[in-house]
Amino acid sequence: MLELRAITAGYDRQAPAVRDATLTVTPGESVGLLGPSGCGKSTLARVAALLHRPDAGEVVLDGTPVHRWRHRAPRELRTAVGVVFQQPRLSADPRLRLADLIAEPLRATGRRSSVPDRVAELAETVGLTPDLLTRRPHEVSDGQLQRACLARALVLRPRWLICDEMTAMLDASTTAALVGVVEAYRTSTGAGLLAVGHDRALLNRWCDRTADWKTVTGW
Amino acid sequence: MTTERPPVLSVRGLSVRFLLPGGRRVAAVTDAHFDVAPGECLALIGESGCGKSVLASALLGLLPANAQTAGSALLGGLDLLTADERTLARTVRGRRIGLIPQSPAAHLTPVRTIRSQLEETVAQLTGVRGRTALRTAAEQAAERAGFPPGHLDRHPHELSGGLAQRAATALALVGEAPLLLADEPTTGLDRDLVDRTVDELRRHVDADGDRALLMITHDLAAAERVADRVAVMYAGRIVELTEASAFFGTPGPRHPYSRGLLEALPDRSFTPIPGLPPELGALPDGCAFAPRCDRATDTCTTLPPFTGSVACHHPAPAPTPEDIRA
Repeated sequence: MLELRAITAGYDRQAPAVRDATLTVTPGESVGLLGPSGCGKSTLARVAALLHRPDAGEVVLDGTPVHRWRHRAPRELRTAVGVVFQQPRLSADPRLRLADLIAEPLRATGRRSSVPDRVAELAETVGLTPDLLTRRPHEVSDGQLQRACLARALVLRPRWLICDEMTAMLDASTTAALVGVVEAYRTSTGAGLLAVGHDRALLNRWCDRTADWKTVTGW
Repeated sequence: MTTERPPVLSVRGLSVRFLLPGGRRVAAVTDAHFDVAPGECLALIGESGCGKSVLASALLGLLPANAQTAGSALLGGLDLLTADERTLARTVRGRRIGLIPQSPAAHLTPVRTIRSQLEETVAQLTGVRGRTALRTAAEQAAERAGFPPGHLDRHPHELSGGLAQRAATALALVGEAPLLLADEPTTGLDRDLVDRTVDELRRHVDADGDRALLMITHDLAAAERVADRVAVMYAGRIVELTEASAFFGTPGPRHPYSRGLLEALPDRSFTPIPGLPPELGALPDGCAFAPRCDRATDTCTTLPPFTGSVACHHPAPAPTPEDIRA
């Protein structure tokens, strides 16, 4: 279970972006979190991905309460969650070739030996051709870079996926393709999904259930 | 209708090539032909990386130094492709073309407040002088784009994506330019805000009937809401150019790529077009869509000419007179 209990979080204690948000994702479930621009849903997604320390409230990941965040989070918790952000340009190191971008989590966790196999396998899964893997982010399109970012999120086989507006920058066909990749991964591994977005038609089609921001925060 | 009046923008045979080290050439835009009439909104749609934004940069004279252009793009009597930087900077950008940029967060100056940027733009582009008058004019400009006055004293990093977009839209509208060029104006906005943003753009086009809007987007719902005509771009070429009502309604798009793009929508069949778009540096001689197309045959190894509304050897049938009446 991915449990967010009464989370208050933000960047200014006087004016938190998220107040008292509660949301639970059960294993294998896909939950869409729907809210307007600027409502704080991305902040909540960052909390769920262990990337932002909440001011109050509790995150419980598969029964383990989370006490440390970002790079201080214990590895077994951190690697249980894969994240895909809205803007691939801002979430990809411009110095890395796409193959290294995808392989980075493996190297960072001492699984260097599995790099060649996993990168090749995932590149095919997300639809990246071998010649794209040798390029750096500025040499590929947004859609191609987001494919690489999704591969990076899947490379450690996370039990949980957080997709924060994953497809907002993408055209309809690439959107359908990447959602297809996420769903195929979930079908084969039973991973849970929290998909944050503002497109009701997309989230209704994609997820088992869709939670409105208002019902999550009670505001 | 407005067919008697000359178009605001007339693009003929526009091509853009990037020269890369080692003699490689990237064909980012090839042989684009289109007009935008006064009071009209033309939506240019296609996948990321298909050349849409390069086309916008070409119209604004903002291409990098290694780009070569061919053809013409007439705005009034001025060819935007051959105009010098001085002309573009002093009479075109902001004054004759208002740009609504793709990523507002990168477009706005990070070290200054929205109010300060709006006031500077108003002072540069209009005759308004004096501190109080500028302040009022800037607040009115903000209001036109639906930017809340309470956020005017914030810096760009303190705004959500939607508010940053509205700030950029407000800046673009200040100069009352005859051509609005919106490059992905709705990226990252929620549906209500998308509707509001495009309605606002539409309103500025309808207001006096002399203004035109060229909207570059991958958001098909936004295009459907605002556009009179739709141009579909694939691998640097416009493959279909047609009325929006026919495109989104019946009989639907005629080019297989356009059909695939529409079918990928979550409220349609939600199936992606197989494969990836081709590299613009290594385009095939024939139809660039053929490797992904279920209608492809041997004739697709030759380039399909643009006939009627579509560039395809096997388009879906043209609308019959009955379809048009219906």
